[in-house]
Amino acid sequence: TQLSLFRLTVKRLLSTSHSSVDSKEMKKFQLLAHKWWDEQGEYSALHSMNDIRVPFIRDTLLNMSSNYHLGIPLSGIKILDVGCGGGLLSEPLGRLGASVTGIDPLEDNIRTADRHKSFDPVLAERIQYKSSSLEEIVEESMETFDVIVASEVVEHVADLEMFIKCCSQVLKPEGSLFITTINKTQLSYILGIVVAEKIMGIVPEGTHEWEKFVSPEELERLLESHGFSVKTVNGMLYNPLTGSWSWMESTSINYAMHAVKSGVQGQSSPTESLSEMEAEQRSATAGTGM
Amino acid sequence: LGHDIHFHDKKIALLEAGPRKEYDRLPESYSNRVSSISPGSATLLSSFGAWDHVCSLRFKPFRRMQVWDACSEAIIIFEKDDLDDMGYIVENDVIMSALTKQLDAVADRVEVFYGSRAVGYTWPLPSHSCDTSPWVQIELADGRRLQTKLLIGADGHNSVVRKEAEIQNIEHRYDQSAVVATLHLSEATDNNVAWQRFLPTGPIALLPLSDTASSLVWSTSHEHASELLAMDEEGFVDSINSAFWSNVNHSDFIDAAGAMFRSAISLLKPSGTAVRQLPPSVAKVDPESRAMFPLGMGHATEYVQHRVALIGDAAHRVHPLAGQGVNLGFGDIACLAHHLSAAAFNGQDLGSLKHLLKFETERQRHNVSLIAAIDVLKRLYSTSLAPLVLLRTWGLQATNALPPLKVRFL
Repeated sequence: TQLSLFRLTVKRLLSTSHSSVDSKEMKKFQLLAHKWWDEQGEYSALHSMNDIRVPFIRDTLLNMSSNYHLGIPLSGIKILDVGCGGGLLSEPLGRLGASVTGIDPLEDNIRTADRHKSFDPVLAERIQYKSSSLEEIVEESMETFDVIVASEVVEHVADLEMFIKCCSQVLKPEGSLFITTINKTQLSYILGIVVAEKIMGIVPEGTHEWEKFVSPEELERLLESHGFSVKTVNGMLYNPLTGSWSWMESTSINYAMHAVKSGVQGQSSPTESLSEMEAEQRSATAGTGM
Repeated sequence: LGHDIHFHDKKIALLEAGPRKEYDRLPESYSNRVSSISPGSATLLSSFGAWDHVCSLRFKPFRRMQVWDACSEAIIIFEKDDLDDMGYIVENDVIMSALTKQLDAVADRVEVFYGSRAVGYTWPLPSHSCDTSPWVQIELADGRRLQTKLLIGADGHNSVVRKEAEIQNIEHRYDQSAVVATLHLSEATDNNVAWQRFLPTGPIALLPLSDTASSLVWSTSHEHASELLAMDEEGFVDSINSAFWSNVNHSDFIDAAGAMFRSAISLLKPSGTAVRQLPPSVAKVDPESRAMFPLGMGHATEYVQHRVALIGDAAHRVHPLAGQGVNLGFGDIACLAHHLSAAAFNGQDLGSLKHLLKFETERQRHNVSLIAAIDVLKRLYSTSLAPLVLLRTWGLQATNALPPLKVRFL
């Protein structure tokens, strides 16, 4: 038994050190690979989530840039959609003018996404899909993207810290990272798993594992320790009766986060806030002023 | 839509069966097809610059509307308190010309196919089995093929789009036809009042075009309509004048009952009785301007389906007695444009049922009660049976006296 335990731990260690992709998770999504675009089907909650996550991304980016064209608000922006699935979020972002690269480890998902965009000549050009994990594209895409979107993904990754590190590597300095995910609370267990999966069937059963949920505090800590500065955290609420999402104060169930990668090259000094730096400077000049 | 900022990089095609209509110079005579444009519709037209063109061509604002019954003294007067224009009488051709000009301004986004006709539609299969194109395919008479994410049916009450989409339509043909003509008044006047009198055979309306000319819309039985068209000009003019002036349909009973009700109202609400004005008398009719067309009512059970939306008469058809037909259509347009614009700004697929259903709910809620009310009015006023006349006489007098009810009508 000791040997088998040892083997088990080695296996675990090996698998986590290579990839943030969890093969168990992949199997879950394999079965539903062709159901992405049925707006009333298993993914209907993700379809309606576009109603709040697309405006959130769009308005945040519009606020950050000074020259924009309302007709194509995201034109010229390169976005990486990690865990794009069937392309539910990539397509609206592409329609708003962005150049989107969507990656997903599951080939069937990419196939569905490719086929769906192929009928629209504008989208076919603006969006590129690739079957790959985040780690696999890091080498060739260092500091390539203006924006990374990881929506409903981090609760499925095996190694969150590595995931965030890779995000930082492929994102340009001052680039934006948008994450939507589920909090790890009692409420999220009751509503997110018991009600959503077992009782109401809003999400296919077994989709989520409460153990892998991440609290916004934990996520913020991880982000800040890898050179990100968290700008916004908003709670999200799903209403199963109307099938629609809305914003809410509390982040105890679902939430969205916007973080910006620091512009300072290389160094990740998470605890150094602007005021601290100012204080240092002031004391320095005070010294010389004398 | 072509002028909407969020549609900056979208492409729109407009299929028009008729020829291009643009006025370089206004013709002398008035066209006999006119519409009563509400202030709301005028706002819509000015939102993309078309109203300016209308103003530079020709139109007639009116301040007051007097509606009365042939069978009694009951009368109701609509006018805005602040002496603002209640509405505008505009020839349909003038509107078309204004729209054409504005379409030209966005020719890079909107392509108009004049003289074209669609002969075949291929509808997309349910969204998730995409081996074939998920868009609507249209085949034109000249063999060209178009494909689109959203097909808007604005092809009138016999809408082919509606029939092809297999949307059920509740329809009913009235035993009436409308006679239209351009009339010249006996003497020049301010002519800023719209007149409508309910005869037992149907309402007759005089809509101002200028100080000396008005447009006629007379809804009456098919036989009478044909007679009117066949009459010589003098006979026609006489019929119109007597329709407005004669009291032959009055009965003493009704007059007495009406007078009694009126004095009751004036006790309760002194300002509630109306001052009756006299409509102008007609001297002449424009020779070629007499025409007639049959009337009916219709309402589509659904305004939208996946990738299809119906607007205007394709979705609903009403009797002209309230002058609302085209305004309902403009209302549809404003609502659909608003929802499509918001959807475009959210990067959504324009043919998606989600926002199309919002449009449908909003418009059906607004339209159904008005369409039903117009139909009820039409039936109520199609009779000279005493009880119903009494009912509508008192109803009209009461409505005239009660501002909230009146405002609702507007």
